[in-house]
Amino acid sequence: MLKDITIGQYFPGKSVLHRLDPRVKIILTFLYIVVLFAASNPLGLLIGIFFLIVAYGVSRVPPRMILKSLKPVLPIILFTTLLNVFFIEGEILWHWAFLTITKEGVATAVIMSVRIACLIAGTSLLTYTTSPIALTDGLERLMGPLKKIRFPVHELAMMMTIALRFIPTLIEETDKIMSAQKARGADMESGGLMQRAKALVPVLIPLFVSAFRRADELAMAMECRCYRGGEGRTRMKQLHVGGVDAVCTLFVLLCLAGVIAVNLYAPPLF
Amino acid sequence: MNPIISAKDVTFAYPAYEGEASQTVLDDISIDIRPGEFVAVLGHNGSGKSTLAKHFNAILLPSGGTVWVAGIDTRIEDKIYDIRQTVGMVFQNPDNQLVATIVEEDVAFALENLGVPPAEIRARVDDALKSVGMYEYREHAPHQLSGGQKQRIAIAGVIAMRPRCIVLDEPTAMLDPRGREEVLATIRGLNREHGITVVLITHYMDEAALCDRVVVVDNGRMLLDGVPKEVFSHVTILKEVGLDVPQVTELAYGLRCAGYPVPEDIIFEEECVDAIAALLEGRHVDHKN
Ligand SMILES: Nc1ncnc2c1ncn2[C@@H]1O[C@H](COP(=O)(O)OP(=O)(O)OP(=O)(O)O)[C@@H](O)[C@H]1O
Ligand SMILES: [Mg+2]
Repeated sequence: MLKDITIGQYFPGKSVLHRLDPRVKIILTFLYIVVLFAASNPLGLLIGIFFLIVAYGVSRVPPRMILKSLKPVLPIILFTTLLNVFFIEGEILWHWAFLTITKEGVATAVIMSVRIACLIAGTSLLTYTTSPIALTDGLERLMGPLKKIRFPVHELAMMMTIALRFIPTLIEETDKIMSAQKARGADMESGGLMQRAKALVPVLIPLFVSAFRRADELAMAMECRCYRGGEGRTRMKQLHVGGVDAVCTLFVLLCLAGVIAVNLYAPPLF
Repeated sequence: MNPIISAKDVTFAYPAYEGEASQTVLDDISIDIRPGEFVAVLGHNGSGKSTLAKHFNAILLPSGGTVWVAGIDTRIEDKIYDIRQTVGMVFQNPDNQLVATIVEEDVAFALENLGVPPAEIRARVDDALKSVGMYEYREHAPHQLSGGQKQRIAIAGVIAMRPRCIVLDEPTAMLDPRGREEVLATIRGLNREHGITVVLITHYMDEAALCDRVVVVDNGRMLLDGVPKEVFSHVTILKEVGLDVPQVTELAYGLRCAGYPVPEDIIFEEECVDAIAALLEGRHVDHKN
């Protein structure tokens, strides 16, 4: 049952977006966020939506994944929509008791919701098309310069890698321990919150003990393989920025330029 | 030829807990491992096998005596990575030795640590994966593999350093019979075809019977050291220290105790079959007379 948990939300594939250098992909995702926030009128946002459609199309990630990524932020979108609709002053459209809806309110609400939705769908695409390991790798290399100010970039990336490596192992182990405790008559499914939390103790303790033992053995195995931190370390896989990366970057920059042009020349909404 | 690993009068005790006397785990052990040898180390639980193995690549340093690896004293700190490159180590639980989430990245780990140029890492990783027969699995995640396959990846990760010797601490203890067979075949191949010296710590007597040399450790002391036939002929000594002998050796020993003329050095099934056949035929002849 615990096996169904997937780490990250990677959607394996061979599309252009999958092949993009992870560093470039991370930077482009940030650029896309800039695009969204620079877009202050509906036409600009349309460019953002257009970009999203193209990107999802190219990636071959099923479109229903957009909805899936939006589900957790739905309450936030609703909340901001309500705030905007009722609390922005302007031309009154509808009035009842203390509630007023204005034209500006509705417009802002729509823009804000679209913006948030695009933001989430866009950043999710990064995790859909990049394996956690590539993401870690990309982040490590992007943050490389921070080493100069003694920020432990390599150590953090190593921790991430090991965590990713051991999550499936520990999940499997949790499953085993739970079965073992159930076979001894432990009841994990009934009772109130407190009772269930208590029932987890006999699972967590062996899990922790074993995790420490594993850590100890792993540290020794790493020492045997000459691990000595990030200094002087090379990497087998070199990241290359190639033609695909250039084309994608160009595309995002065009969107950004489009948004800026729209902001400058299209008449503002208000 | 100079020994690849040489231990002289090695004693060792783990640091004692407060208020407890520290116990000697290794007591005056001397051993030479020559290049190309395939050595099995036997001993019951807690006899100090793992502790001894950890002295072979400077994970532990002797409290007394000296260990040399390829002529280098393991206490010389500057040489520690040379030593660990010369003697690779594989442990019992494959799950706790793999670092990366992709097989080939894990095999590359040691080389990355050593600062080998990327193109060379690629070539050496491919070589290592091929020599353990796991090349097709290079892009898999470790948790998708069987125990035997994981252990072979762990071996590849060590082989990639091109060590002259590998020390394996009960590498088959957690595997099913098939995984065990895979791993053993891999180790034998490395020894025969690539000339890598192997030190194999094991609890399986049939594994030990296939080695060139068997060393028996008991309570931190060297008890026996010799070719398998010789070591396993000391059935009573082995039994005294709580060790088994291969089943056929046990059978032959039983027959001998019962007064039948069976050779003392039986360690393989075929030998036992032959001896018993000879015995039966001999008796048959007896009856006729
Ligand atoms: N890290 C440690 N700290 C203290 N004592 C230890 C430590 N590791 C092992 N020992 C003790 O040293 C002795 C020898 O242990 P060792 O692990 O070398 O035995 P072993 O022959 O490998 O046994 P096994 O067959 O169970 O693997 C044991 O009595 C053990 O309790
Ligand atoms: Mg041991």
